[in-house]
Amino acid sequence: MTESDSILRHPMSKYIREDRQPWIYCSGCSVGVVTQMVARAIDNLGLDFTKTVVVSGIGCTGRTSGYFKTGTYHTTHGRAIAFAEGVKIANPELEVIVVSGDGDLAAIGGNHLIHACRRNIDMTIVCVNNFNYGMTGGQFGPTTEHERYSQTSPRPVGNVEHPFNLVKLAASSGATFVARWTAVQARRATKSIETGIKKEGLSFIEIIGACPTEFGRMNRLGNGVEMHQHLLEVAEIQNGLPAHEAELHYDTRIVCGEFVNIEKPEYTVVLTEMNERLKKG
Amino acid sequence: MPERVMFTMGDIACAEGALSAGCKYFGGYPITPATEIAEWMSIRMPEVGGAYVQYEDEIASITSVIGASWTGAKSMTATSGPGVSLMLEAIGLAVMTETPLVLVNIMRGGPSTGQPTKGQQGDVMQPKWGSHGDYQIIALTPASVQEMFDQTVQAFNLSEKYRTPVFVLADETVGHMRERLVIPAKKDLKLEYRKLASGPPEDYLPFKPGDDLVPPMALLGSKYQFYATGLTHDERGYPSDKEHVQIELITRLNNKIIHNADKIIDVEEFMLDDAKIGVIAYGTPSRSAKKAIKDARDEGIKVGMLRFKTVWPFPEEQVARLASQVDHIIVAEQNLGQMYYMVKAEAAPTPVHLMAKPAGMPQLPNEILDKVREINSL
Ligand SMILES: Cc1ncc(C[n+]2csc(CCOP(=O)(O)OP(=O)(O)O)c2C)c(N)n1
Ligand code: SF4
Ligand SMILES: [Mg+2]
Repeated sequence: MTESDSILRHPMSKYIREDRQPWIYCSGCSVGVVTQMVARAIDNLGLDFTKTVVVSGIGCTGRTSGYFKTGTYHTTHGRAIAFAEGVKIANPELEVIVVSGDGDLAAIGGNHLIHACRRNIDMTIVCVNNFNYGMTGGQFGPTTEHERYSQTSPRPVGNVEHPFNLVKLAASSGATFVARWTAVQARRATKSIETGIKKEGLSFIEIIGACPTEFGRMNRLGNGVEMHQHLLEVAEIQNGLPAHEAELHYDTRIVCGEFVNIEKPEYTVVLTEMNERLKKG
Repeated sequence: MPERVMFTMGDIACAEGALSAGCKYFGGYPITPATEIAEWMSIRMPEVGGAYVQYEDEIASITSVIGASWTGAKSMTATSGPGVSLMLEAIGLAVMTETPLVLVNIMRGGPSTGQPTKGQQGDVMQPKWGSHGDYQIIALTPASVQEMFDQTVQAFNLSEKYRTPVFVLADETVGHMRERLVIPAKKDLKLEYRKLASGPPEDYLPFKPGDDLVPPMALLGSKYQFYATGLTHDERGYPSDKEHVQIELITRLNNKIIHNADKIIDVEEFMLDDAKIGVIAYGTPSRSAKKAIKDARDEGIKVGMLRFKTVWPFPEEQVARLASQVDHIIVAEQNLGQMYYMVKAEAAPTPVHLMAKPAGMPQLPNEILDKVREINSL
């Protein structure tokens, strides 16, 4: 490699399988931004990359794991957390990061999400919430707001259901670190991912993202740049606000920040201690 | 560990078999009649420094087992029909990503919630055809408490050797019966371990098979990087929608079992030497059949049994050989006929008679004897 090649390379490319590019993501999509946040968090912390495991479920966001150049696994739809639990419990030395979509983590995988929070297993879950099932073509999901349009909640009626607020869900289920940022708040979001990784316990970080191809198109929200501009406009930083006040109204107010950061015994630590106690008799 | 003798139930023998095989991770969700395996594991796992984890459902259970296996831990789950039905998608994932694991199904009455406390053999086709796509599976069918132990060890060995999920398919009667169990000393057990990746990490291709069609496995947390996905993938592990990649991958995944079928298949031949009538059975009905065969022999009827200790891969050659020797085959199974259709296809033109019983009490020895007499008089 010549010197100019190395200058042209992206600083995070050392973590990325460049031979798999171009990415599958549409232009204007937030998932690539979040991929970079995770890479930067790993870099800033100086993690031993070979001991870092990236797991995803199925979806556009679910493709994230496959771009990382470490041990990575692409599970079935909704099961990233369950796989990650097996990994972490069988080898607590590993740093386990789950990156997946709102549909994957909160619809089909919602049960695993709340129970992993309850168990407080040390892992970092990064959820890209783009308010729809992007990969299957933009159907409504568990985070789609009431009356929003989607491929399966078409005009003129829109979505008859009401969304989960994932921050409230994770916090009330027992997660020890909970944060929300939009994809445009890259530095703050990266910092929270770092805090989440360092935290000995379950960390849930929601990144509000843009899916211009599906959610944006159905709701006439503009292209990727316009959608990200909007996110910047409506993001309201309220660090330390109680999680139950972390409101999310796409059009007007997306409360961002770190809402939960508490200490609780971590699952694998307790399990190891119990085994030790038993050994001593 | 020296040899130990227990008087115990099949479910516990199964758990002990797993522990003797080196199982260090159990993920499960309680269900009759497999619960005793989970309960025993919750006591024993901490003693061996392993983990018993009770999940929110069977989907999480098996998926976590896949995760644990990718760290190198021998891992298992145990359930019954309703649980297996929930696990089917993940079984495909384990097949596709070539993940060693053991899945125990203590079969109860179905469909649906059925008869939880009653045994049946209604799930013997499910391992082979339950998950979507073309795949092969290994399924073992123990018939005694000792075999629950022995064949669970064997299940781990096969799963490690061929990097594939392996079923232990036992009917409830075998799971809950109590018998003498001899747990061999550790040094007397032959244990298999998966082949691990070696060589320079730059050259490692995670899904490039060896001559045995099985790729050496890299573990999470090792120096080898890999991307494992349920998507069709090439030798690098990278997703591909090319036709030749799909054909090559699924052909290899199937062939690694099919080409080794003779090493995997396990049958018992009972009084078959001069037999003119052959009984085929597995699990609890095979125990009734043994008694019936001895009684029939006392009456001068030349009858014997081919007992399947493995139902998948299906023992085609053994059935074909039996069919060429005997005039009639009787299939006795605790369902409305499942293996029967496999036997019939293989045995033609030898007539195959079904003795079906889709209920908790297996065919009794005298019922099988009556059937043998009836066939003998044809
Ligand atoms: C069991 C199962 N059901 C349905 C699907 C189809 N499917 C693939 S991705 C997806 C939705 C993904 O949505 P989300 O997690 O929000 O990810 P996004 O694409 O929006 O990033 C669905 C329903 C599947 N792969 N598996
Ligand atoms: S469909 Fe939406 S979520 Fe998927 S890559 Fe395109 S913009 Fe991103
Ligand atoms: Mg989504």
